[in-house]
Amino acid sequence: MPNSATFISIVTFIYGLAFVCYLAAWIFKKSLPGRLGTGVMIAAAAGNAVGFVLRWTESYQMGYGYAPLSNLYESLIFFSLAVAGIYLFVEFKYKVRTIGVFASLFAFLAIAYAALPSVESEIQPLIPALQSNWLIAHVITCFLGYAAFAIACGISIMYLIKSTAGPESASGPVARMPDLETLDDLTHQMITFGFLFLSIGIITGAIWAEQAWGRYWGWDPKETWSLITWLIYATLLHARLMRGWTGRRIAYLSCVGFAAVLFTYFGVNLLPGLHSYM
Amino acid sequence: MNTRKPADASAVDQIWRFFASVRLSVVLLLTLAVTSVFGTVIPQNADPAAYERKFGPVFYPVFDALNLFDMYHSWWFRLLLCLLIANLVVCSIQRLSSTWKVIFPKTPKYQPERFRKSAGRLEWPVQGTSPEDLKNIYEPYMRKHFANIRVEQRESGEGFFIFGEKGRWTRLGVYAVHFSVLLLMLGALIGSIFGFEGYMNVPEGETRQAFSLKNADQNRKLDFAIRCDDFTVSHYPSGRPKEYKSDIAIVENGDVVLERKLRVNDPIRYRGIKIFQSSYGKTPGDTFTIQFKDNDSGMKFEKKGAVGKSIEMPGGSGTLMIQDFTDNFSFRGHSIGPAFFGRLDRTGQEPRPVVLPVEFPRFDKMRQGDYWISITDASYRQYTGLQISRDPGVPLVYAGFAIMILGCYVTFFMYHRKMCIELIPEKQDTRIAVAGISTRNRAAVKNAANKLAGRLEKMTVAR
Ligand code: HEM
Repeated sequence: MPNSATFISIVTFIYGLAFVCYLAAWIFKKSLPGRLGTGVMIAAAAGNAVGFVLRWTESYQMGYGYAPLSNLYESLIFFSLAVAGIYLFVEFKYKVRTIGVFASLFAFLAIAYAALPSVESEIQPLIPALQSNWLIAHVITCFLGYAAFAIACGISIMYLIKSTAGPESASGPVARMPDLETLDDLTHQMITFGFLFLSIGIITGAIWAEQAWGRYWGWDPKETWSLITWLIYATLLHARLMRGWTGRRIAYLSCVGFAAVLFTYFGVNLLPGLHSYM
Repeated sequence: MNTRKPADASAVDQIWRFFASVRLSVVLLLTLAVTSVFGTVIPQNADPAAYERKFGPVFYPVFDALNLFDMYHSWWFRLLLCLLIANLVVCSIQRLSSTWKVIFPKTPKYQPERFRKSAGRLEWPVQGTSPEDLKNIYEPYMRKHFANIRVEQRESGEGFFIFGEKGRWTRLGVYAVHFSVLLLMLGALIGSIFGFEGYMNVPEGETRQAFSLKNADQNRKLDFAIRCDDFTVSHYPSGRPKEYKSDIAIVENGDVVLERKLRVNDPIRYRGIKIFQSSYGKTPGDTFTIQFKDNDSGMKFEKKGAVGKSIEMPGGSGTLMIQDFTDNFSFRGHSIGPAFFGRLDRTGQEPRPVVLPVEFPRFDKMRQGDYWISITDASYRQYTGLQISRDPGVPLVYAGFAIMILGCYVTFFMYHRKMCIELIPEKQDTRIAVAGISTRNRAAVKNAANKLAGRLEKMTVAR
């Protein structure tokens, strides 16, 4: 049995291949690469899941025994798995393959980023504060939320491209995107899903903090940025549901929201603070 | 709706209307998001001197005046939160009072026209069956699975409608979410007024009652005492700590009332106080020996010392006060083990600090005084570092958490829908039409119509 690291590097290429297939299907309007893309994406997601489980068992073999959700490398791997899983669900439910271009790209980029030498990939033992089931729930729910927001952002970008191109592009790749109403609707659905999971993620994080440090909220930069992200999406939901915003304005807000997600995830480490294990 | 002209609207009305706008909530949510960024860019609650160095004489006073160094507790951030609460409360009262009757009417209305225009309407014929027969099959099913069933004759007097609905109560989900936000804020407020957070170090075998408050140079006393019977730490082969735990006893009026192992992530709760395993370290034994060595003659003098005690220098030339101890002193980036800190007060000289690392007795020679000082025969005891906190707001906050999750789920993934089965006679046959309407989830209501149609078809065939 290969070890998880080898497995993950192979999966990286499979995601890349899925991206190429989806892109070809979209640009050349062929159904074969599209179906191929779906198959490859399923293979990549399955491989990703196996890699995740392998790493889990490896940590047990090393005597540390923890769910692999405790550092940047591990969270990236879970993130790409979540993106692939949620996307495949959407593809099967709504029969839209063009979104696969973005989903496979995001999954590929995340897992490729994990392969960079600057990302510590060794299995490290957990310090006591991280040995908590709340932490596992926290990471899983946060990253399901982030993955849904990533897909929502991809769909919003498609919306912006398509609505900019205008009605004259009756044929060509842009025309093969789902119609604007479907894109708008899918963005909204992904965001509600993401919002629910981000909320649960922040809440489980707060409960964990309360168990470990005796405070559920401490305004540290990572916490604050997750709240900022939450507030942006809450603004989006209210603007849409109560003020009737749709279309481009929602698409822009969705991109801003995802930028906040990325900053919460990667940018916060550049700021001074103590949430630095992630 | 307020039908009065703005001219005679009283001030109260105007304020009410200001807070009853969703535009205000959008603005507030976004403002909170944007302003919260400042506090993540500027580290909060650091040393004022450090801020002054960093931001210079121009920006430091400006930032300070804006409370940017403790912005989440500043008056303006709190004001934003209060506005948010007012907005939420006023909006909810306003909308709930006007929509309550719409949400919970005594007799729900069904308008056939709206179902006929519904995008997901399905129609199919059933041969050789009258509307009456079908009504008799479908009605019990509908009664079982939907609420507020109404069976009516069609307008033309021929055929029937069977109306039903589901999920009316889910319209309250939004109010639950908003209520949960209020609970969170209330919990946080109670916590900040009646709660505290502090630290206590208890050496093995000792009992302590006092602890120092965080964010304030103050000590407080618990109503009970905490005794540490044992402390253990285990390490991974790499040297990282794997687990640490203490055997803790709670002592009240001399009696042990609770004994438990205290681990990280598993606090003890006792009489509203929570005790967390937060750190550990070494503390010096009660006394140790301080050695003074004359630099010229090499003469040795020894004295007993203790932390917090002042001792005479040899020859009465001043005093040495041992002030503090660390179990891991760092010198030029190297960690050189336990060390004592003291202050030297020589007659006719400025007081000066001394550092006395136990494992490097010659360290103080670098000071080049007439004596060099070292600590001999120091002994240590392990202490357990406890965090002591009390936050009576936590139950409210946790209730808010639960309600928020439930409310979000209900709001986003459940929806109120009305369904209609129309049975239209066509000679000996019947046309069946199934349609659903919903104020919110149009895509889902199409699915619901599909599913209901599938059920009905199966029942018709099975008969
Ligand atoms: C978990 C977060 C939140 C969710 C999921 C949420 C959801 C919603 C939804 C779905 C509506 C539309 C109600 C309708 O269609 O009748 C709404 C309305 C509204 N929301 Fe929120 N909301 C959240 C947080 C907040 C917060 C923090 C505020 C603070 C001001 C707020 C203020 C409002 C107001 C003023 C309205 C309009 C009045 C009303 O329907 O009560 N919401 N919200």
